[in-house]
Amino acid sequence: MNGAHDMGGMHGFGPVEPEPNEPVFHGEWEKRAFALTLAMGMPGGWNIDMSRFARENRPPGDYLSMTYYQIWLAGLIDLMKERGLVSDDEIAAGHSLRPAKPVKRVLSPADVAQTLHRGGPTARETNSKAAFAAGDKVRAKVINPLTHTRLPRYVRGRVGVIESVRGCHVFPDSNSQGLGEDPRWLYTVKFDGRELWGADTDPTLSVSIDAWEPYLVRA
Amino acid sequence: MSGHDHHDHHHDHDHSELSETQLRVRALETVLTEKGYVDPAALDVLIETYEKKVGPRNGARVVAKAWADPAYRERLLKNGTPAIAEVGYAGRQGEHIVAVENTPKRHNMVVCTLCSCYPWPVLGLPPVWYKAAPYRARAVNDPRGVLADFGVALPQDTEIRVWDSTAELRYLVIPMRPAGTEGWSEEKLAELVTRDSMIGTGLAKSPADLK
Amino acid sequence: MTHDHHDDHHHSHHDHGSDLTEMQLRTRALETILLEKGYIDPAALDELVDIYEKKIGPRNGAQVVAKAWVDPKFRKLLFEDGTAAIGSLGFGGRSGNHLVALENTPTVHNMVVCTLCSCYPWAVLGLPPLWYKSAPYRARTVADPRGVLRDFGVELPKDTEIQVWDSTAELRYLVVPMRPAGTEGWSEEKLAELVTRDSMIGTGLPKQPKDLQ
Repeated sequence: MNGAHDMGGMHGFGPVEPEPNEPVFHGEWEKRAFALTLAMGMPGGWNIDMSRFARENRPPGDYLSMTYYQIWLAGLIDLMKERGLVSDDEIAAGHSLRPAKPVKRVLSPADVAQTLHRGGPTARETNSKAAFAAGDKVRAKVINPLTHTRLPRYVRGRVGVIESVRGCHVFPDSNSQGLGEDPRWLYTVKFDGRELWGADTDPTLSVSIDAWEPYLVRA
Repeated sequence: MSGHDHHDHHHDHDHSELSETQLRVRALETVLTEKGYVDPAALDVLIETYEKKVGPRNGARVVAKAWADPAYRERLLKNGTPAIAEVGYAGRQGEHIVAVENTPKRHNMVVCTLCSCYPWPVLGLPPVWYKAAPYRARAVNDPRGVLADFGVALPQDTEIRVWDSTAELRYLVIPMRPAGTEGWSEEKLAELVTRDSMIGTGLAKSPADLK
Repeated sequence: MTHDHHDDHHHSHHDHGSDLTEMQLRTRALETILLEKGYIDPAALDELVDIYEKKIGPRNGAQVVAKAWVDPKFRKLLFEDGTAAIGSLGFGGRSGNHLVALENTPTVHNMVVCTLCSCYPWAVLGLPPLWYKSAPYRARTVADPRGVLRDFGVELPKDTEIQVWDSTAELRYLVVPMRPAGTEGWSEEKLAELVTRDSMIGTGLPKQPKDLQ
């Protein structure tokens, strides 16, 4: 979706402001929001692409005015509400008002280390052959899906060069919609800064993205 | 741009919203605990892990080892994930790590314009600025301007390569080893490796900085 | 889009409420300062408000459209030189100095937007409505005009060509909707009653004779 999250190249946000000796979390609620989000992944049953879509899928004004963990929290609540795991009146009351839905598993303290260590690799075996090889010139397609995609607007329609073939990976455009993993070949595609931003761009700049094969056509 | 009032306004906004958010998070945790979806003790372990255990010291050890051990450096650049696992780091948000090396000719910088992808097992959780709009918007079209915000000026002719983490690959920058560190131990070298130098918004410290 | 952002929405309405009071106080303070410095004349402000609140509005455009429906010579002039044509009826000036009239036909439907800000032909339509200036209309009209039309309850034949005009410069566009059937021999005054504001932006169609009863 063409949301506020797709911000590469936007102007007007002001300077980057590093915070000296920044703590890992700013306040107790951030810790809990972070941990709740990670812990609910197990009983909730959604995947990372669904989580990302839930976070970005909100009015741009809201997205831009929320802090990072506020967005996480809003995404988590949307995912749980969609599945009937909690409802607004329960959050307002601060207590469960209805019996829990049966869930597969709950994350226990003993599981945490192993679950984090295992992570969620997205590379998949495939019998298909990659359509592109390193050095090929490709153009990022012009697409504007209403749903989740990982092709940023600033590269759409632009020509780049395949730098690496990264294997076959779960395709977020499909996985985020519950339509299956549909693994596709993934490439690192390098774009010259001038191709992205115009002739007067610093000639030393290049930008790469990681792009699934359906995002690309031969140029 | 006229932004000032806006800013002030925003801050007020944030304050009242934050306390509201605090209450909301507490309410949510109670509901989810009552329903048996989460175990509060597991939440504590998750927080403890990322607050105390996993952080940029992990990445610094990887970089220092790459500086000191040419065979390791080669393995790391060829296939980051197993090389990093050799040092004991792996897992969530680091399933497919790619190490990119800075050279006198080329400086690498990592961003996630679409959200905030970051190599957790080696750097921990990302700082606020990495997740915020100014960095995500500007790193891809004005990386030198961003570097200036960090007080870093690179030679005019250094190639700047920005890596936008749009898939599940996670990038770790290997900064250049500072001069005057010949014969240093890995432990001592690791002290020179800052978090920002592994994102590409900073450089490694020089020996003089340690004194 | 699936999500209901009820809480969030609720929330922002709230804020707007307090913003408005804040804005009222701020605007009043500013007016006082500018008055004290002698930069403005409050009577001129009243006159400005009066003109755009009471005098200039879509009735101007409706007159233009109705005349184009009955007077072939005026119609020709309107499409050749919109500014001169509306000037002959006494309309023009600010946000109407370069007026381009667009004709809807059975095969082409025109729709006007300003994606970059809120350009609008003040001289013939008055000040734009809130929705015209807001993000949903500005963002979606150029990519999904049929979806926007549906928000207005308008469904056009599938094969109608939709031409969207994004007012990126100082040209201002006025849509001349199709004259409804069953209005033969009507006076300009009566025809003008059929011409809605939205039909001149392209987000609506003119009323039908039966709508007037």
